[in-house]
Amino acid sequence: MALIEGKLEPGLVTDGIDYILNWARKRSIFPMTFGIACCAIEMMAVGASRFDLDRFGAGAFRATPRQSDLMIVAGTVTFKMAERLRRLWEQMAEPRYVMAMGSCAISGGPYHKHGYHVVKGVDRVVPVDVYVPGCPPRPEALIEALMRLQEKISTHTIARKEDR
Amino acid sequence: MTAKEIINLLEARLAGAIDASVSDGMHPHVRVKPGHLIGLCTFLRDDPALRFDLLRCITAVDYPQRNEIELSYDLISIPHVHALGVKVSLDRIGPEIESVSGVWAAAEWHEREALDMMGVKFLNHPDPRRILMPEDWTGHPLRKDYQDPAEYHGWEIKP
Repeated sequence: MALIEGKLEPGLVTDGIDYILNWARKRSIFPMTFGIACCAIEMMAVGASRFDLDRFGAGAFRATPRQSDLMIVAGTVTFKMAERLRRLWEQMAEPRYVMAMGSCAISGGPYHKHGYHVVKGVDRVVPVDVYVPGCPPRPEALIEALMRLQEKISTHTIARKEDR
Repeated sequence: MTAKEIINLLEARLAGAIDASVSDGMHPHVRVKPGHLIGLCTFLRDDPALRFDLLRCITAVDYPQRNEIELSYDLISIPHVHALGVKVSLDRIGPEIESVSGVWAAAEWHEREALDMMGVKFLNHPDPRRILMPEDWTGHPLRKDYQDPAEYHGWEIKP
């Protein structure tokens, strides 16, 4: 989409293209398996049959960042892990999104005061689109976060280039 | 064998190696000097009546008030189903001891953790590097007098 992005004036044509593009993108978000700690268990629960994530089109977890759209950072990010996390995020193709799942990924969580090896929030490493509070967040909360991300995606437009 | 029998056998066969022993309670153990550790561990592993073939854990404990770091080895025997502890006291400044990774391969990673967290140097260790903290970290975090650095690679540590 880089060919026509930013080239057209906002109007009916771009609205139509936007509607179809966003509709397709938000209904087929491929998450990357980035379960680091306990929030990974809740993420697995969301991917399983009771709180099915596949009905949102987001059930195909890709192990490689090259094929994924969404990085759900589920768990505590340590300094050692943060360097690898940054590298994997840079390997994702745009449009890419990051969801900070759980209080450890949002702000360091229970380790905020005394954790000497914990990054106090994954937004110090990568830009975050959606924050999901909880320790761990309930599967319904993760699904709501995905729906908020879908709303965010539906506001995108190709009329002006996105700075992502 | 009960802990008492094990300790009696050790004191009979390796007289002079055992400094002290505790044979009842939750954690029966023997206390040795650092120089005797390898001989005792090889005997514990190879003697047919003892056969301590599994090193469950190596724990390093920091006692600043006694000015020592104590290493505690947890051994269990799978064929005979008995357990014993071995404790060694090291000086807190510059603690070093022979590595037992030649006796039990499991010791390799436990000793790397003791090096990383407490600063205990293990001689003849096949792979002496940090295991939990990043390679360029300074300091040993689980010591009682550990102070955090201000930041690491641009990320601040104390918020």
